[in-house]
Amino acid sequence: MLAAALFATGLTACSSTGGKRAEDARKAAAAQGRAAVNTPRWTFAMVTHSGDGDTFWDIVQSGAKQAAVKDNINFLYAHSDEAQQQAQLIDSYVAKNVDGLIVTLAKPDAMKEAVHRAVKAGIPVITVNSGSEVSQAFGALTHIGQDETVAGEAVGEELDKRAKKKALCVLHEQGNVGHEQRCGGVKKTFGGELQNLYVDGTNMPDVQASIEAKLQADPAIDAVVTLGAPFADAAVQAKKTAGSKAEIDTFDLNPKVATGLQSGTLGFAVDQQPYLQGYEAVDLLWLYRYNADVLGGGKPVLTGPQIVTKDDAAALLEYTERGTR
Amino acid sequence: MSSTAPADDLDHVDERLLRTSPLKKLLARPELGSVVGALAVFLFFSVVADSFLRASSLGTVLYAASTIGIMAVPVALLMIGGEFDLSAGVLVTSSALVSSMFSYQMTANVWVGVGVSLLVTLAIGAFNGFMLTRTELPSFIITLGTFLMLTGLNLGLTKLISGTVSTKTIADMEGFPSAKALFASQVTVGGVDLKVTILWWFGLVAVATWILLRTRFGNWIFAVGGGADAARAVGVPVHRTKIGLYLGVAFCAWISGQHLLFSFDVVQSGEGVGNELIYIIAAVIGGCLITGGYGSAIGSAIGAFIFGMTSKGIVYAEWNPDWFKFFLGAMLLLATLLNAWIRKRVEATK
Repeated sequence: MLAAALFATGLTACSSTGGKRAEDARKAAAAQGRAAVNTPRWTFAMVTHSGDGDTFWDIVQSGAKQAAVKDNINFLYAHSDEAQQQAQLIDSYVAKNVDGLIVTLAKPDAMKEAVHRAVKAGIPVITVNSGSEVSQAFGALTHIGQDETVAGEAVGEELDKRAKKKALCVLHEQGNVGHEQRCGGVKKTFGGELQNLYVDGTNMPDVQASIEAKLQADPAIDAVVTLGAPFADAAVQAKKTAGSKAEIDTFDLNPKVATGLQSGTLGFAVDQQPYLQGYEAVDLLWLYRYNADVLGGGKPVLTGPQIVTKDDAAALLEYTERGTR
Repeated sequence: MSSTAPADDLDHVDERLLRTSPLKKLLARPELGSVVGALAVFLFFSVVADSFLRASSLGTVLYAASTIGIMAVPVALLMIGGEFDLSAGVLVTSSALVSSMFSYQMTANVWVGVGVSLLVTLAIGAFNGFMLTRTELPSFIITLGTFLMLTGLNLGLTKLISGTVSTKTIADMEGFPSAKALFASQVTVGGVDLKVTILWWFGLVAVATWILLRTRFGNWIFAVGGGADAARAVGVPVHRTKIGLYLGVAFCAWISGQHLLFSFDVVQSGEGVGNELIYIIAAVIGGCLITGGYGSAIGSAIGAFIFGMTSKGIVYAEWNPDWFKFFLGAMLLLATLLNAWIRKRVEATK
């Protein structure tokens, strides 16, 4: 029956709005990168603790790739959410004798030996995103990222500024240290009461239903903070169904968050600028190889938190759509 | 045979023709244990969580149950037919990705993407069925292979085509509002917001129950699950039945996938991993035997309902969230144990 309907609509069934055509028009305006230097073609590798299909790490990668094009770098990337496998990936890049290594230290203890082996082999290492407190001790040149606790504190202050009394912190990955630090940071500075809610991040309808249930159970909640951009939209829908008046705020950006901020369905977003983490890591490695430069004297270089509100949303929408914010 | 028959005046009657009381008939239903389990879970949360009994909460619990239940129905039928499908969870995501990306890349009316997705999803279901019947390998292995391949395809193709790991928004494209109305709308009944997935779920349970109990295909499913060789010996088309069951899983995965797409409009390509186990758990709580040949569609619905009540009841009860997964596991285990215990009691008094 549906196949018949398909034939009936035929190939003329094009959408005159949205879709790839609209995107191509946007892209035509965007500039394409080209190598800006004539240093040798070094090989830099990046190993992260990202799970499969994580939007956040996609943005980190696109930043790294942009810098790699500019700096004439051959850029390699691998990831595993299992600490042991992440360490093995580092070892294999050390064995490959790459010219620079970028690693994340979400589970520092498991990563310690592998990073030491890289440093001993004479490979410059830069840590990004997580692990600022141990980066220097492990022998890395510097750390680029956001302090999760500091980011959480910024959210707590913003909630206070908005006179919120009772907030909900939605964690989409149970046992993730960074998530706990974020919610812990919010708790530290927020004057009102903060509750944690754990949801199953790989099951979006379940995320929505859980937030819905929580809002129904406690109508006093006047702010919901999600820790990832895709979950903000689920929270918005949960709020509608539950008939709650809570303001939805989120960590990280994507096109939907940008439009949500613009239309007022979202209060604010806190951005740690993942593009910058990838871009700066590659660029700083290049600077080190070319000129032995080290930024920040080995102290962590912070990429966030930046609080994004309605005022910034219009400008950011374009960048989120091309996957760089 | 006569030695085991009752020694009174029923001596000469075939045991299959014995009249059983309506109560005993009820007790012999496969979903009975899960009904008692569901009642226990319901009463428990009614007592410990005061917001659980509100009408709006019921809407939320039913929604949570329906998203599991839609897939638990065909998975239960497949289990009655003696097979597993470990690819069912990611197949839902694949289905949503196909409609979204086809519509977007071709700049086509959204309904064209939805139609293409149906064909692709059914083709994957047919692949599972054909591989199983041709190779005669265990379905565990076949669908584990499909599961891994689909997980990789979901990520790889999405990244290749869209450039990012999630799809682009299609909310501004033609056909979106009407598709959203069919797959992800919401109706208000007596002040309670009910999602359309609940209707899909009830409809599928009714159709599956009718197929199981009133059609020849239903008999084939029980026969194939009870013993494939015996079934083949009496002329049941075992291969066709199994392929049909996998097509059923694919069809429901398509419905779930479209719901996912049209309620959130953007699909994350890494989603769905692990959900296949939840569908199987719902079917098992609902009285399906892992070994096949026994179970019901209504049971799978009650299993999904128990799952929905438990996962959301914990939130309504406002328990310390650190223990969330523990409570969930304990509740599920208790419900299943109660289910098994009642079935044993019933079988003992037969």
